[in-house]
Amino acid sequence: MTGMVQKRGWGVLLTHCGLILGVLTVCFPIYLAFVASTVTQPEIVRPPMPLLPGNQFLANYERAILSGVNAPVWRMLMNSAVMALGIALGKIAISLLSAFAIVYFRFPLRRLFFWLIFLTLMLPVEVRIVPTYEVVAGFGLLNSYAGLILPLIASATATFLFRQFFLTVPDELAEAARVDGARPMRFFFDILLPMSRTNIAALFVILFIYGWNQYLWPLLITTTPEMNTVVMGIKQMFPSGDDTADWPVIMATALLAMLPPVLVVVAMQRLFVKGLIETEK
Amino acid sequence: MATISLHALRKSFGDTEVIHGVDIEIDDGEFIVIVGPSGCGKSTLLRMVAGLESVTSGEIRIDGARVNEREPMDRNIAMVFQNYALYPHMSVFDNMAYGLKIARKTKAEIAEKVAQVANLLQLEGLLDRKPRQLSGGQRQRVAMGRAIVREPALFLFDEPLSNLDAKLRVQMRLEIKALQRQLGITSLYVTHDQVEAMTLADRMIVLNRGVTEQVGAPLEVYSRPASRFVGGFIGSPPMNFIPVALCQPDKLRALLPGDISGDAGLTVGIRPEHLERVAEGDHLFAGRVKFTEALGAETLVHVVLEDGQMVTLRQSGALPLPPADSLCIAACASAAISLFRASGERLEKG
Repeated sequence: MTGMVQKRGWGVLLTHCGLILGVLTVCFPIYLAFVASTVTQPEIVRPPMPLLPGNQFLANYERAILSGVNAPVWRMLMNSAVMALGIALGKIAISLLSAFAIVYFRFPLRRLFFWLIFLTLMLPVEVRIVPTYEVVAGFGLLNSYAGLILPLIASATATFLFRQFFLTVPDELAEAARVDGARPMRFFFDILLPMSRTNIAALFVILFIYGWNQYLWPLLITTTPEMNTVVMGIKQMFPSGDDTADWPVIMATALLAMLPPVLVVVAMQRLFVKGLIETEK
Repeated sequence: MATISLHALRKSFGDTEVIHGVDIEIDDGEFIVIVGPSGCGKSTLLRMVAGLESVTSGEIRIDGARVNEREPMDRNIAMVFQNYALYPHMSVFDNMAYGLKIARKTKAEIAEKVAQVANLLQLEGLLDRKPRQLSGGQRQRVAMGRAIVREPALFLFDEPLSNLDAKLRVQMRLEIKALQRQLGITSLYVTHDQVEAMTLADRMIVLNRGVTEQVGAPLEVYSRPASRFVGGFIGSPPMNFIPVALCQPDKLRALLPGDISGDAGLTVGIRPEHLERVAEGDHLFAGRVKFTEALGAETLVHVVLEDGQMVTLRQSGALPLPPADSLCIAACASAAISLFRASGERLEKG
């Protein structure tokens, strides 16, 4: 009996040791970045590397947010937020509507359209980046929010997910709504949309992070620092040539760039998990 | 309140015709049950009346007005679905109020109407619940409530009781019947359960493979089935079918006026309760007792005829069970006998 408890005790201890080690491994670089964002530039470049937070926290963050290197970080954060929200909400709205059309309406070439949408799954931004750039530049959308958002706003994955969800909604529900006098868009807003809310929440989290982490596309189409997004902006902060990098400010920016996705995940966690594991019918 | 008339109604899916011309005139306030085996087209017929399926040819008239081309919402109907089709994210109140909201009734009007119907269906305590917090019987009531609230001209029921357990089904059957009487709303009710059809219907339509076999009051359909199919489908256990060739000619002649013994293709149809065991010599036909089912109030005696066909005889539970041996059977009265042609249709006697 005691042996069993002992054994179980060791098991728990080992499991926890393993987990703690894992967490430390993952967190250490982030901690290091935090330390670097609270000390002065000379302290960073002088070995050994500081491992305890310094006293420059407020000064460094104030400098980062208000002036930055090329553009103030608040500006880049706002650009990122507009882009990520635009992409996430746009993708959700468009895919909901296209899935609705594909599932609930009979129109010529319906299957063809479905497969066309599905095919675009194979064409991520990087593959079609040159023609897309050409088109966006031709429309004069360089250095604009529209240029940042529009090329990324359609989502085959989300359309497919909503299609699969709509297919599980019993036909009788649509028929009951029809008998109740609901026209198609009314049915969509009153019945389908509320029923999909957990799916929407889960997708929103995923798509927001996808939009926030976009790197290559903003790098291409934004040339003025005022339109930089924060993820690519960090890279732009590295000096070219002989200038020294302003590490405290760069690290502060990196940490600031991490915050919004974390906030979104934490805020939507309950709905997110529910949307992934549970279908409510 | 409305009269309905279906005229030469047909429906095809592609090249296959599933409804081959249905005609019926339904009076105001009548309760019509469409009954038939699965796949006979009864649900399709109902959905055509609802406007959920298009009409291939023929005409549907509600209160004299042709509604073929009208959307469901413009036909002034309400429908109760087999799986209830309640909106899962709405409360019971919202489920019932949804149709009224779309019809742009005022808040006060909606609240009053829903409260009234909830009272009628004993749903008052449940108005704030979501459908998933309700039992099967309660969901069924909400589905009914949603239909009643709109005060339609016509109720359509698509096998509404088939998802309930046997006991609840009997109870809800009685409630539906009472409600329909009370509200006096014309109703079309689809079921495959002949007991439901018998108990609910003012008149029933027996449908088989998209063809109307018979339209009539339940007892009329029961005692004078228009075809062999109807006799076999309505009634449990079903009607017995005995080839004329297996019957004693003199006995048959005594029961049925006119000489029919010459037509070998004819079949005699007799309900199990109209058969009784009698002494040798007086029998209409003979067979061997295969097995018996004692149900308490009654006993079902299953008999095998010479040609291997099974015949069921229903006797009072008080009578002694016959052992598994030969026994004789005779029909009691000529009125209880139906005659069918080889094609299955009824042959009128005399």
